[in-house]
Amino acid sequence: MSHQLLLSLLLLAPVLGFFINGFNFSSTKAIAVGTLGTLCSFISFICSLGLVLKLGGLPEDQRRLTVEFFNWLQVADLKIGFSFIVDQISAVMILIITGIGTLIHLFSVGYMSHDLRPAKYFAYLNLFLFNMLLLVLSDNLLLMFVGWEGVGLCSYLLIGFWFSDPAKASAGMKAFITNRIGDVGFLIGMFILFFQFGTLNFVEILSRLPAVAELGWTGPITLSCLALFIGATGKSAQIPLYVWLPDAMAGPTPVSALIHAATMVTAGVYMIVRLSGLFVLAPNVMMLIAVVGAATALFAALIGLTQWDIKKVLAYSTVSQLGYMFLAVGVGAFGGAMFHLMTHAFFKALMFLGSGSVIHAMHEEQDIRKMGGLAKKLPMTHATFLVGWLAIIGFPFLSGFFSKDEILWSVYASPNGHPLLWFIGVCGAGCTAFYMTRLMALTFWGKSRVPKEIHPHESPLVMTFPLIILAFFALTIGWVGVPHILASVLPGHIPNVFEHWLEPVVPKLSFIGKSSLLEWALMGISVSVAGLCAWLAFDFYIVHKERPKSFVLKMGKLYQFVSHKFYVDEFYKQRILDPLIEGSTALWAYVDVNFIDRLTYFIADFTVSAGAGLKSIQNGQTQQYALYILLGLVTTITWILVG
Amino acid sequence: MQNIEAIGIGQNHYLILSAIIFSIGIMGVLFRKNIIMMLMSLELMLNAINLTFIAFGYFNGNLNGQIMVFFVMTLAAAEAAIGLAIAVMIYRKFNEVNIRYFEQMKG
Repeated sequence: MSHQLLLSLLLLAPVLGFFINGFNFSSTKAIAVGTLGTLCSFISFICSLGLVLKLGGLPEDQRRLTVEFFNWLQVADLKIGFSFIVDQISAVMILIITGIGTLIHLFSVGYMSHDLRPAKYFAYLNLFLFNMLLLVLSDNLLLMFVGWEGVGLCSYLLIGFWFSDPAKASAGMKAFITNRIGDVGFLIGMFILFFQFGTLNFVEILSRLPAVAELGWTGPITLSCLALFIGATGKSAQIPLYVWLPDAMAGPTPVSALIHAATMVTAGVYMIVRLSGLFVLAPNVMMLIAVVGAATALFAALIGLTQWDIKKVLAYSTVSQLGYMFLAVGVGAFGGAMFHLMTHAFFKALMFLGSGSVIHAMHEEQDIRKMGGLAKKLPMTHATFLVGWLAIIGFPFLSGFFSKDEILWSVYASPNGHPLLWFIGVCGAGCTAFYMTRLMALTFWGKSRVPKEIHPHESPLVMTFPLIILAFFALTIGWVGVPHILASVLPGHIPNVFEHWLEPVVPKLSFIGKSSLLEWALMGISVSVAGLCAWLAFDFYIVHKERPKSFVLKMGKLYQFVSHKFYVDEFYKQRILDPLIEGSTALWAYVDVNFIDRLTYFIADFTVSAGAGLKSIQNGQTQQYALYILLGLVTTITWILVG
Repeated sequence: MQNIEAIGIGQNHYLILSAIIFSIGIMGVLFRKNIIMMLMSLELMLNAINLTFIAFGYFNGNLNGQIMVFFVMTLAAAEAAIGLAIAVMIYRKFNEVNIRYFEQMKG
């Protein structure tokens, strides 16, 4: 098949699924609509496999498939095509989106089997898939923005899927509005880029870049990168706009796995990698990205230490891991960021689906204080979750180990990096190991604290099968990006396939003058810190169960501060939302009521009284009409005679 | 003919007389409430016009004015017939022929 046909099918399959399930929205046959949704997603997956194979068959320096469907917009200099590009970056993305997407669709068939509106759910999920593909495949910023908004819409619809609960509906709105703030940044960035380069096409922008980097904060490239980065912080949940992601856990759990862990939230990272040639020309923004990423990584991990909701822990973990990706991007390790994006997509989707399986088994109970000892009741979920846990804490030779280690090494050794950033990263990794072990210990290990009326049972095969596949990849996917230093000692000289694949499209970092001894040492430190923290958590929650309590008592206020999420939500409410509401109230009470309302009332009153005045002329009295005729006649004749 | 001019009556006298009759007619139409009286006033106005036609026709030695008067008179007859018919209907309904009952004819 030609690549045009493959790409059309790739995009159209989810749209078709959306329309069929969407028109059939009242259907309650979960199996039927779920199968249809999964099938559409699977067709997309096959197509993206075909596209990637085609791409791999091309010579290395020509790996780019472009498809131009039609000319979408043409206004003066602005020319936007409805056209798509498959290159090394989008190839990775479409495989993740459609591959993990299919597994999550499959999982949803089991998870949503008792839901009242499964057709609507699968329609939204397919629509999301289409928009996400639009986002990663488009060859210009505007079409990307269409997908960017589309995934935001689907995220809103799916977070508030159970909208009859006001808390869930408002979580959806919070996500949407927070994203809108970022979107303004994205739009401004787009305007500046168009103003500067006269085009929004990625290839054209990257070919018109100046040769030297831009210093200072006020240059057009720096400003556009800054604005785009604000857009990325909204979509990818970074400080200061991360607040929506933990609340987004109100949605169905597979949605959290697909949208809020594996795909949509990585859109910001993808966008920056896509424009990497532009971002490297703005070193100040790169520094800012690295700092924000590192801060988010540690900050979210700290909050994760104190959460009791299984999904909230995973949500903060996602925010933290996204922080690592931005940290990597900020120091120029674009390949490392993409690598972590991929491994994270697998192990975090795995853990979210695992938590979905747990929640399903526990009859919608999400509090880990009421779990414990579930390993015996849910052996398959436990086994796969264990793999995810090992991967995220960076257990050697699992996927998370390779990607996280590559990021930390780049942060230390890159010319844009800094040992302090590395230190923050390692602290974050330690926290990650602690809270994930805590999650494992409280959920699966130790004594059961499950209430007597709940009898947890293992999920059906339709739910465990995706878990097994994802666990397999969480175990092995890291081997596509084995760092050189490990490859040199491991038998068989495994090549770094991933880095080699991305090499032609992302700027490469040079580690000249950095000794391999240092790399070994840093790797050792990060692994041992993670191991130590994991052991500490195990000790806290399994061996000496009284310790956390005394520890919390000792920390007192600090613990309160962290467990209330550093009071960020309260701060936003007090400093931003309340003044905004007060200001709007004042505008309404003074300007609107006194000025605008009065003006409209005046106009309305004038019209009414003028009408009343004129109405008295037309009163139906024949003689008065005759008088008017006479007056008119006299006036006309006078006019003629005088004039 | 000669004797009219002999006693010193000219075109202006006719016109002034006609203007006076016309004005009386207007006043009658505007201010009388009785429909019969109003119709009579209307006749007055028409006849005042007729008078001017005849006067102009006579003094300019042209017959067109006289001819016009015949048309006006037929028209006036038709108009009076319709007006009186309406007046009869109004009388049947309200036992009076006051103009204010015409207001009731609004749709």
